[in-house]
Amino acid sequence: MRTIRTLFIAFAGVLAGAAAVWAAGEKIDIPERDWSWRGPVGSFERAELQRGLQVYTEVCASCHSLRLLAYRNLTALGYGEEEIKAYAANYEVKDGPDDQGEMFSRTAIPSDRFVPPFPNQQAARAANNGAYPPDLSLMTKARKRGPDYLFALLTGYEDEPPAGIELMAGMSYNRVYPGHQIAMPPPLFEGGVEYADGTEATVERMAADVTAFLAWAAEPELEQRKSMGIGVLVALGFLFVAVVLVKDRVWKDVKK
Amino acid sequence: MTTRTEFKNPLIRWVDDRLPVFTYLDHEYNQFPMPKNLNYWWNFGALASVVLVLMLVTGILLAMQYTPHVDYAFESVERIMRDVNYGWLLRYLHMNGASMFFIVVFIHLFRGMYYGSYKTPRELLWILGVVIVLLMMATSFMGYVLPWGQMSFWGATVITNLFSAIPWVGDSIVTWLWGGFSVDNPTLNRFYALHFLLPFVIFAVVALHVVAVHITGSNNPKGIDVQVPRDTVPFHPYFTAKDSVGLVAFLLFFAAVVFFDPNLFGEPDNYIKADPLQTPTHIVPEWYFLPFYAILRAVPDNFIGGWVTSWMGFTFISAKLAGVIAMFASIMVLFALPWLDRSNVRSARYRPIHNVLFWFFVFDCFVLGWVGANPAEGMFVWIGRIGTVWYFAHFLVFIPLVSMIETPRPLPASISEPVLKEKA
Repeated sequence: MRTIRTLFIAFAGVLAGAAAVWAAGEKIDIPERDWSWRGPVGSFERAELQRGLQVYTEVCASCHSLRLLAYRNLTALGYGEEEIKAYAANYEVKDGPDDQGEMFSRTAIPSDRFVPPFPNQQAARAANNGAYPPDLSLMTKARKRGPDYLFALLTGYEDEPPAGIELMAGMSYNRVYPGHQIAMPPPLFEGGVEYADGTEATVERMAADVTAFLAWAAEPELEQRKSMGIGVLVALGFLFVAVVLVKDRVWKDVKK
Repeated sequence: MTTRTEFKNPLIRWVDDRLPVFTYLDHEYNQFPMPKNLNYWWNFGALASVVLVLMLVTGILLAMQYTPHVDYAFESVERIMRDVNYGWLLRYLHMNGASMFFIVVFIHLFRGMYYGSYKTPRELLWILGVVIVLLMMATSFMGYVLPWGQMSFWGATVITNLFSAIPWVGDSIVTWLWGGFSVDNPTLNRFYALHFLLPFVIFAVVALHVVAVHITGSNNPKGIDVQVPRDTVPFHPYFTAKDSVGLVAFLLFFAAVVFFDPNLFGEPDNYIKADPLQTPTHIVPEWYFLPFYAILRAVPDNFIGGWVTSWMGFTFISAKLAGVIAMFASIMVLFALPWLDRSNVRSARYRPIHNVLFWFFVFDCFVLGWVGANPAEGMFVWIGRIGTVWYFAHFLVFIPLVSMIETPRPLPASISEPVLKEKA
């Protein structure tokens, strides 16, 4: 039975791969969005990140892990120490062994990594019809034009597939997913979360917020990197003028 | 032995009397005569050595934080990116430094080809340069495997599998390279060890390359020998100043990439942890390997060598083996360049046909790179084949032929002369 299921998953994987190859030839239009962190001086909007965290926590986190992030990292979103402690306290981590050699469960603390929804890949597959919900820590870096793609994917579901397309059992139709058959059911619905800041939770709003949050999760260094970059470029710019002047001075008397 | 420099400082003099390092530095980097007509294309050798040092420094610092194990490598790189102080800067400098190294070295190489820097008496200098390129390719390939992303793993699988094309012993060699029956932990460990070792080998060959150029002296855009002292200026301050201009311009470009688009040259798939059970839809090497990748894939299944040997009753040269041979030959042919070019005029400025051929060749390299980035299907198959034939024809047919029949334009009598004449 186990073997048959493994074989079936492998076969589905090959099919999906073949479909992806086929789909690669097809032009899928992914619109460009004007993200706040684009451009040389772009930065994240804290309110957007906080709403995105809420969407991740209430929607995505039931299936998708965020292994590379620790709760303490949330200080970058503008949360205080107590708020982060309270957030972490919603989760249980397996720890140990204690001095009796026993493993035990304890409440998560800020230094813990985000607790994954499933203990291992097998458990995740078993709970998700054989599909494995990927970790989201680097999602916006792991796809071409990641943030645009992610937003388009989250808002790209259709209730009914176009005529002539037969969906496999448990699959949903998505305009931008390679091959169009995606194992993830539509995750976002109008009013799916009740935003703490009172923002109206449209599908687009939630998709944009969670994309912003995941873009931050993938590149937490982005703001420091860009501001340092401006400084470095300005300094090098001055240095460039200086070395050009020196060079001209040195070479002044050399006949070409 | 050249004359020793007199130093005022007694300590320096004391050391110099026993080990003349200061005399050496004074001769080679202070007084050293350089042709005064060098243009900015002559910056790239100095730039390459700066990048090499930067790669060594960032690499050693990264090695202090990296864990070469299939279960931890990917996470340890992300730990560097997130938790190590300025780890993201170190890693982005190193990652993009590899691309910068190849950009700089490719330009350096093309410059040598254009101005005939490989010709007498600089053949050995050129050969050492090609050795450096080969070592760089091996080093960067193994370095790309270390983050253990999808492209790391599958790139390593594809490239190591090339050796299986060797007749009879191929499969055993691949098993030996892997240290097992697939790319796995032993492979990662040995790639890490070699990726740490090879840069020092590169450093040693670069040292020989530099010694060699200080023996023959630099070539120059006119490609004629230095004749009188008036043709030259001392290295310092003239070329320290000129190299600084090139260096800061280059650093501006480097910094723009590192700080504002650090993943420009990378593949998104490498931010997915390696999964031996899931093949990416397109396995593409790093951009600097793309032309060679196109040559590898250019040999058709029914090519003549395979046809002849299979007619003899066995297939000795498979299309795969022929592709591998072609790929390695595309570098090896560079070793023969000093002897393939029969012309005694160095600079392409005075060689009208050779000059045009050179630019066709540069264009061909870009075309091959573009083909290498695309799946081997449809028109790309044919463009790749034509590009590959042109690549080899350039070295093996066009260069020897043109060098024998071409009438070069008259050469200037000396580096200083033509301008003086115009003024007179």
